[in-house]
Amino acid sequence: MTTTARDTVLGRVRDALALAPVPTATVPRGYRTGRTLPDDERLALLTHRLVDYKAKVYPCTGDRTAEVIAEIMRERGARRIGVPDGLDEQWLGAYDGEVQRDSADIPAPSLDALDGVVTASAVSCAETGTIFLDGSPDQGRRALSLVPDLHVCVVDLSSVVAGVPEAVARLVPERPTTLISGPSATSDIELERVEGVHGPRNLVVVIRTDA
Amino acid sequence: MSTFLGMPAAPPRSPYGTGNLRGDRKFPKAAHDELRNEQLRRNLGRATRTIRTKRLGVTGELPDWEQLRDAGSAIKTDTMNRLPELLEQLEQKVTEHGGTVHWARDGAEANEIVARLIRATGSSDVIKVKSMATQEIGLNEHLESIGITPYETDLAELIVQLADDKPSHILVPAIHRNRDEIRQIFLDEIPGVDPDLDNVPAHLAAAARVHLREKFMTTKVAVSGANFGIAETGTLSVVESEGNGRMCLTLPDTLITVMGIEKVLPRYQDLEVFLQLLPRSSTGERMNPYTSMWTGVTPGDGPQDFHLVLLDNGRTAALADTIGREALNCIRCSACLNVCPVYERTGGHAYGSTYPGPIGAVLTPQLAGMDAAKDDPNSSLPYASSLCGACFDACPVKIDIPSMLVELRHQHTEQSGTTAEKLAMKAAAGVMKRPKLFTAAQKGAALGRIAGGPSGTISHLPAPLSGWSDSRDTAAPPKQTFRAWLASAEGAATMSAAAEEGARRTADDHKEDR
Ligand code: SF4
Repeated sequence: MTTTARDTVLGRVRDALALAPVPTATVPRGYRTGRTLPDDERLALLTHRLVDYKAKVYPCTGDRTAEVIAEIMRERGARRIGVPDGLDEQWLGAYDGEVQRDSADIPAPSLDALDGVVTASAVSCAETGTIFLDGSPDQGRRALSLVPDLHVCVVDLSSVVAGVPEAVARLVPERPTTLISGPSATSDIELERVEGVHGPRNLVVVIRTDA
Repeated sequence: MSTFLGMPAAPPRSPYGTGNLRGDRKFPKAAHDELRNEQLRRNLGRATRTIRTKRLGVTGELPDWEQLRDAGSAIKTDTMNRLPELLEQLEQKVTEHGGTVHWARDGAEANEIVARLIRATGSSDVIKVKSMATQEIGLNEHLESIGITPYETDLAELIVQLADDKPSHILVPAIHRNRDEIRQIFLDEIPGVDPDLDNVPAHLAAAARVHLREKFMTTKVAVSGANFGIAETGTLSVVESEGNGRMCLTLPDTLITVMGIEKVLPRYQDLEVFLQLLPRSSTGERMNPYTSMWTGVTPGDGPQDFHLVLLDNGRTAALADTIGREALNCIRCSACLNVCPVYERTGGHAYGSTYPGPIGAVLTPQLAGMDAAKDDPNSSLPYASSLCGACFDACPVKIDIPSMLVELRHQHTEQSGTTAEKLAMKAAAGVMKRPKLFTAAQKGAALGRIAGGPSGTISHLPAPLSGWSDSRDTAAPPKQTFRAWLASAEGAATMSAAAEEGARRTADDHKEDR
């Protein structure tokens, strides 16, 4: 029987640990966890961070969601948008353009023809300005929020937490998860920040302050 | 039946890694040439200063930054201690979720596995996410040699690839290029690019976007690295800015991820530490624009064929070194590069390895050895440092790079009998000749901690002072930082003597070289 690469590598690891044993380490978790912040502070912090990344932010009450989304699309001339199959229908009530409900049969490259996309979100972290998408029915497959140039993301203030540990604690590990902190950006040419190379160049966040 | 009373034989040591882990010249020679490159120096100086300032801003913002570093460091130490079980757990979880796990003893084996998997898809093109691991094993070169075309999709990697160049920084690989050069590279190398393209970064980025979008939409297979692999859940993660990572991880049918075995983390919860440490240390942002996390295969979303290649390539050799294994804790944030006065002047190419800068100077000899090649260029890497301690202060997982450099110097002189002093003088000369810059870059690391020892005298001084310590004991500067000592009359006199001697020797050596 020949030794597999697996056995060889694992054997080498065990040998190495025997050659250079190191005392067991217990992980000190003295950093901040379980933080809470009042609604207004979470809203202010998240908004500040998103604006810092050059995302556009529209705070609104839940009953104005449809109106705000329609206005954003009008301003940007988005006539044809994609939405995840499980997105709340009412959110599109005031939009008069064409809506393509997403499904796995639609070839991902064809999403390039959409003017924009609207999704919900799973969790957001105020301190870092990060929105987490987890592929739930109202957030859709990953390609949908990636290929079109405009991503309008709806965030419920109740799903906004203070810091990274609080956000990670709310995730379901097995779901494909995307963390978004501002629009696509690069600083590869003389360190000058350029918005957008490959991902959506425009990120618009609608924060529903009573949801 | 007899009872075994003897000492058990020591287990065998692992072989060193292969691939892009060795330059063709020693550091002092390579650095000397790079020092002449004004453009490189200006760009690097500006880049490292900018990122340094941003990093200090966002790390200072967190009141628990030190606690996060302690946690990060301990998680990594714990990981290394439990590596066999964690790797097995990762394999099991990835497999449970529909992925396939492969193991590679070295770079050549990993290259073969990846090539076989690509061939099986019938594609002769592959899109790539920026990855140190695949650069280390020379995957692109291997694929090209067998007729598969790899397309780098990170903007900087694209620039480097189109120019047939090498990356010079972990994070911003094309930092040595300016906008005019990049414009010319695009005009020469991207088919169909607008001949009127100007040098505005936004326009250059847009040209790259158009060029790569077509590749994203049509290529069936992608190769990525991984920043983290979670044993508990089988979740892999890629941290990035541009969205090219998301494109590669999402659009193709097949995804192949090459991950060094040291990148595993025990628990999903550990992400709460590293998602704070990595972006803040790396680009000086509170969070990078995009992070992708995936577990095996998700029906209806993303690649339906996922392969994880677990790479050794010298990592187990490093793991077997009591001091050096700490280098495996590195999360490749590049903070140590950006604070290093030597790196700032020479750039990444001088180190000859995929891993440049302070961490490269300790990791490369660990992975690939210092005496594995004839007159091994890697043997000069431990001397490519002023031991100022700034890298240790900057490192989010508290890797004590200066102590490891001293230890590697010691190991090297033991093994080879070379005089450390000569190498040290040559390596440090470029920096030492500009004492003002050197002083400015110091960050108060205590020299005594590094070299003083309990006796209070220094018998084995690091470069550039080892010429003195080899023949006499120097009083250790007690309770004084290196910087303070340097500023004292004694320090200044010693350093300027060292610099003069260094400069003289470098001049002599170059006479020999010619
Ligand atoms: S050694 Fe530390 S500072 Fe340097 S790249 Fe690695 S993690 Fe970052």
